[in-house]
Amino acid sequence: MTPNEPADSPRVGVYVCHCGTNIAGTVDVAAVRDWAMERLGPHGVVVSRDYPFMCSSLGQELIEDDIRELGLNRVVVAACSPHMHEKTFRGACERAGLNPYLCELVSIREQVSWVHTDKVAATAKAEALLAGGVLRVREQVPLEPMRVPINEATLVVGGGIAGITAALEIADAGFPVHLVEREPSIGGHMAQFDKTFPTLDCAACILTPKMVTAGSHPNITLHTWSEVTDVAGYVGNFTVKVLHRPRYLDTDLCTGCGICQEKCPAKVVDPVFEAGIGYRKAIYRPFPQAVPKFPVLDPDNCIYFERGTCRACEKLCPTGAIRLDQQPEEVTLQVGNIVLATGFEAFDARRVEAYGYGRLANVFTSLEFERMSNASGPTGGQIVLRDGVTEPKTVAIVHCVGSRDRNYNKYCSAICCMQSMKFAHLVREHTDATVYEFYIDIRAPGKAFDEFYQRVQDEGTIFIRGRVAEVTDVLRMPDEAAEDGRLIVQVEDTLAGLQRRIPVDMVVLSVGLEPQADAHEVARRFGITCSSEGWVIERHPKLDPVATMTEGVFAAGCALGPRDIPASVASGAAAAARILGRIQQRELALEPIRAVIDAERCSGCRICNDLCPFSAITFDAVQAVTEVNPALCQGCGVCIAACPAGAIAGTGFSDAQILGQIEGILMFSGAADVGARTASPEPKAPEAVPA
Amino acid sequence: MSEDVMTRPHPTDATASATTPREPVVLVFTCNWCSYRAADLAGTARIKYPPNVRLVRLMCSGRIDPSFVLKAFASGADGVLMTGCWPADCHYRVQNVKALRRFELLRRVLEQLGIEPERFQRFYASAAEGPQLAAAFSRMIEDVRPLGPLDWGRLPDLAPDHEALTNPSELDADSAAEAEADLMSLEAVGS
Repeated sequence: MTPNEPADSPRVGVYVCHCGTNIAGTVDVAAVRDWAMERLGPHGVVVSRDYPFMCSSLGQELIEDDIRELGLNRVVVAACSPHMHEKTFRGACERAGLNPYLCELVSIREQVSWVHTDKVAATAKAEALLAGGVLRVREQVPLEPMRVPINEATLVVGGGIAGITAALEIADAGFPVHLVEREPSIGGHMAQFDKTFPTLDCAACILTPKMVTAGSHPNITLHTWSEVTDVAGYVGNFTVKVLHRPRYLDTDLCTGCGICQEKCPAKVVDPVFEAGIGYRKAIYRPFPQAVPKFPVLDPDNCIYFERGTCRACEKLCPTGAIRLDQQPEEVTLQVGNIVLATGFEAFDARRVEAYGYGRLANVFTSLEFERMSNASGPTGGQIVLRDGVTEPKTVAIVHCVGSRDRNYNKYCSAICCMQSMKFAHLVREHTDATVYEFYIDIRAPGKAFDEFYQRVQDEGTIFIRGRVAEVTDVLRMPDEAAEDGRLIVQVEDTLAGLQRRIPVDMVVLSVGLEPQADAHEVARRFGITCSSEGWVIERHPKLDPVATMTEGVFAAGCALGPRDIPASVASGAAAAARILGRIQQRELALEPIRAVIDAERCSGCRICNDLCPFSAITFDAVQAVTEVNPALCQGCGVCIAACPAGAIAGTGFSDAQILGQIEGILMFSGAADVGARTASPEPKAPEAVPA
Repeated sequence: MSEDVMTRPHPTDATASATTPREPVVLVFTCNWCSYRAADLAGTARIKYPPNVRLVRLMCSGRIDPSFVLKAFASGADGVLMTGCWPADCHYRVQNVKALRRFELLRRVLEQLGIEPERFQRFYASAAEGPQLAAAFSRMIEDVRPLGPLDWGRLPDLAPDHEALTNPSELDADSAAEAEADLMSLEAVGS
């Protein structure tokens, strides 16, 4: 008996996994095993076994031995989700000489034991799903994986620390990288920070060498002030369009001397890099260490673009690099893999009206404080009130602004506790102020984090446990003295069990992290999914945390969720490692799930022609039949369902397989089987039904 | 809904007592990328839903051929739920919209065949929406239960092409003739 013979003489082996007690705790696996042998015998089942852990090497050997000794030509494993162990069991089949696609995984864990409590009903459902699997696998035919070549170039979207790390890892291994950044310079949020917790390293000191290396690396092409506008193709062979917004200067001539910026008469508030507390010119480099060194001209604030006169930059540029008529330019890149490191946006503190940000002058956000404490920031590192000169005598730092709050974001933003304590330390370092921290819980689980918490406490910072109810300038209590600009923080001190009203000069709101505003749009462009909040969903939250559901698209840094700098760096490097492995293999095996047209049966009606969004379907006018290009087909199956002649077949998901599965799943439902078993201890009592 | 319909045993269920209603069976079509992942997530999070909900995984909701739905009803499903990605979130760009078009059309055809619209529904679930999908499963069962069993199993097989999949023992000549008469009366109602 050869293992790959056709379906007319199926010899199916059924393997029921206990998964410890994960499955066996709810499903009577021995009963399922015996039932399969007895009831599915007529459908080709020749052996049925159960085993505590089918995925263990012993479990897999069980299958391999049966294939060899009993001449099985089909295998059904009733265990966990196919997204978990399909590859494992296909591997076992392949080792025993059976085409790996003749193996079917039936999920009786995620779909049965973990979601149902009634043991009798769960066992009946496991049997039904198993029957569906057996009838489906009978119709399966041997398939060969599709092999696609992998383009060596990689696209990294986002030039923050995660993206820079991913780009450098790949470039250092000798492969080309395109690094796309929306802002004029790479560096991301980290470039805005003064110090990093808990070590208090200077952020710029550790970041700028990396930025310079990325900027000058022979394998890295920077596309700053640019955005990805279109992504087509598939893993190994993506075609990406990148729009270069005009900088209004010729980067071949610009030396980055900065004269244009110095001479530009238009001075505007910088809402991005300086977080709204500093100024920039209309032609500007966001910060002195920017990479690349070239400035950009902001036409919305440029006097020339507004009134048609000025041209100071053009007149004074020593190399004549200014190009006021420059147009956007679109470039097309061919890449094999993509890393999305699009980062985060700070929560808009205006949304919490009770905290008065935007209304009360001396309420600041964490990003404003970062810029203020930065020696190269607008205040030269001085911690001062909004008037720009007065040093605060008391500072309140409010945790969890926009985080752990059902009104805004339910999740913990992970970095704010440590960031807030860093602020407390910096206030103490720069001023003599008294510092209050208002927290719900202190979350300091990282390396040397809790030691830093101790240190900040030892420095005299006062920690008050309670969520701040309100920040106000209105006096309510008789002993509250009116002082100009004084703010009162109203909080329930949950450790002391009393309400406190604490007068302070300055309030710093430690705002949470949110996904970029266009996260959903970006996800669609790259064909990946994100959570309702907008964080990228990883292929597996534990075991595949940097891959996405789309082959060839990886994610790193805060695009995946709030995380600190070391975690962002680690995820960037992890994504790079995954991609390097693929580049070095030169090709990737893909699931052979494709549509195939039988020219004999195709009537040339062309109904399917307009249904394919991947342009895989073409019409051969000479033969008057439609054809599918297997390299472009993604296997969705829309054309198969649409074909009135039934001329299109879908490998891996053929009509016969799906109809077989439906038949199998329902074969014993409603029949004596289920009725008898669910007769008495059914969870749904009849009286619960609304009349 | 009168009491006798509610408690009527399934005609093919020889052993069910007259007072025990058979729980409706709902077949769910899921797409590989969003709704199947959501179902996996519901499992991982141990969110409970009724056991008579059974999933069939396809690559895309756009793969759903109307004959799959008819086959499900003919094979004994009391309800069919089509699930997939949210519009514009489709892994295949826009193919779930094509599924939606077919859904609307098929729903009207089924209605004309006398199948209540509650028996054929659709639900969008992103890969992150496990709890929402589980709730939709429960809702679907609640919607279908008052309708009683569909009992399409007695009708002639709707996909005679797939002989391997039919169970000839279920249909003898008499019941086939009876079912045909049923079908004709249904058609008469539909027109």
